[in-house]
Amino acid sequence: MALLTFFGMLAVTYGARIGGYWFVRRYPVGPRLKAGLEAVPLAVLTAIIAPMVLATGPAESLAAVATLLLAWRFPVLVAVLGGILTVVLLRMLVG
Amino acid sequence: MLPLLISVIPFGLILGALSVDRGLSPLESMLMSGLVFAGSAQFVAAGLWQHPIPILAIVASTALINSRHLLMGAALESHMRGFGRIPGYVALFFLADEIWATALRRTIEGPLTPAYYFGLAIPFYVSWLFWTTLGALIGSAIAHPERYGFDFAFAAVFLVVLFGLWKHQRRLLPIVASAAAALIVWKLAPGGVWYIFAGGLAGTSAAILTAGRAP
Repeated sequence: MALLTFFGMLAVTYGARIGGYWFVRRYPVGPRLKAGLEAVPLAVLTAIIAPMVLATGPAESLAAVATLLLAWRFPVLVAVLGGILTVVLLRMLVG
Repeated sequence: MLPLLISVIPFGLILGALSVDRGLSPLESMLMSGLVFAGSAQFVAAGLWQHPIPILAIVASTALINSRHLLMGAALESHMRGFGRIPGYVALFFLADEIWATALRRTIEGPLTPAYYFGLAIPFYVSWLFWTTLGALIGSAIAHPERYGFDFAFAAVFLVVLFGLWKHQRRLLPIVASAAAALIVWKLAPGGVWYIFAGGLAGTSAAILTAGRAP
């Protein structure tokens, strides 16, 4: 039964991963839809992290600001580790 | 590449530990990672897991969470024309959030080649398998992962990717629309995954409605 569950999950996941790709490959998109597709990464990434960054607590929100400031000047790994370190320290301070 | 491989460690370990805690065997945890390869959906599946297994609820939740991949695959299509039919459809199996985001970031600097894509996806896939299995084997030894800020790693990685995309596109409206919609839906339906869908839809719609205009 576990295996059946995994294959069900595989089917819907792979279906989604190839579905949109297949569609735009078959039916060419206009400039408006193209602008929409270009914004998908921004929109989806923002949505995934919005609750954690904006509505969890001051430690998470401030650490997000710190991560962005670090990302402005430093390599990705420094920004990510700096952000994690900030959240750990701030959680100790503000609880 | 390296930040990506490091960011996967806490998630893999926590997912593995959580899965065992919910009644999956280490072998089942490994199989789920290998077959499904979709972190957030796997977390939800582990959360719903019990005996008898609620197959329908788990598969339906997976479909909802991963519906965003419809848009993500569509957004990547114009950059994958050089892949060829079969490698293209093989590549899409590996289209996890991180792979997709990194591949898109690559397109800012140059063309997305199959060598780059698979050179990114395969190590990521192998390490996802490895860390979830190890987490399952260690079991519930990792208590209170939030104490170490592991839960923030996901947000930090995505913030940096988002920043890189924004520097290139300079579009603020999709971000604001998505954050607002995601927060509202998240407040109304906590614990669900509708907020990802709502944010994605709101941000994309905002971009479509203002196409050709700044910002």
